[in-house]
Amino acid sequence: MRLLAWLLALCLAAPTLAQDAVPPAPFAYRQLDDPAQEAKAQALMETLRCLKCQSQSIADSDAPMAGDMRSQVRQRIAAGEDPEAIRAWLVERYGDYVSYTPRLTSLTWPLFALPLVLLALAALFLRRRMRKGNRA
Amino acid sequence: MNASPSSETRRASPWALWLPLMLFAGFLALVILGLARPGSTEVESAMVGKPLPDFALEPAIAERPGLATSDFSGGKPRLLNIFASWCVPCAIEAPQLQMLSDEGNTVDGIAIRDRREDVEAFLARNGNPFARIGKDDVSAVQLAIGSSGVPESFVIDGKGVIRYQHIGVIRAEDLPLIREKLKEAAQ
Repeated sequence: MRLLAWLLALCLAAPTLAQDAVPPAPFAYRQLDDPAQEAKAQALMETLRCLKCQSQSIADSDAPMAGDMRSQVRQRIAAGEDPEAIRAWLVERYGDYVSYTPRLTSLTWPLFALPLVLLALAALFLRRRMRKGNRA
Repeated sequence: MNASPSSETRRASPWALWLPLMLFAGFLALVILGLARPGSTEVESAMVGKPLPDFALEPAIAERPGLATSDFSGGKPRLLNIFASWCVPCAIEAPQLQMLSDEGNTVDGIAIRDRREDVEAFLARNGNPFARIGKDDVSAVQLAIGSSGVPESFVIDGKGVIRYQHIGVIRAEDLPLIREKLKEAAQ
């Protein structure tokens, strides 16, 4: 009897564990039928930040909002929209923060320039070293 | 190897000795600074200053009409509140929204991923300051206006342009700021 009461309590409690009672958006947990489109959607979703759980991508997250974002991404891809256009749409709303692929901007150019500068410096240094070595 | 490179290293030695330590100290300072002042985790909408995107939402409850972009072109500013019955902090800001509504401001709501009976119970419990309430079951409008959670509030001017975003609960001490933003939007 006690066990039964416990089981009943568990069944009653389960729905309250969810944040909300509404079923997830249509394509939150459903892949697109066309594998090529699904692959495109998956690639994009892996590079979009979940806004509720900020160190995860929307592909990784079980947050309801991430599900809504996945559904929207899949529906737009299915409608023929370009993945980069969807990314641009989100960046227009949330800033660069929502995207995990950095763009080349006035703020981010050192990220791209620094490795080149370091490589050039290393090459210069090595060349001087080699020349000295040859002379010796 | 002859003696010349070693004399060269000896000449360069003060730098070679102190530079790594200086770099390390700089790195340490950066870490301490980062720990002392953790960055904000709020995601600001980039839509502030832009017109509301097009939407038309079904009513969330029977007693109030739904919400559409065209409702925001009436010439007067409105406060758009993104809320949900399952959102605990949303109940905390209810008295403040009621106060703003009592002062003659129009407050509209968008209920995120919510059922009608839940919204009704929430409003019965906390009061209903909303003129219109739209239901957004897939966060479509929330994503379109760059909101990343509940509660969030947006001041929309009489032409439908988003003028201000308030992230999180509107507490009693936030009221002067919200009133100010509503007044600014009316100009």
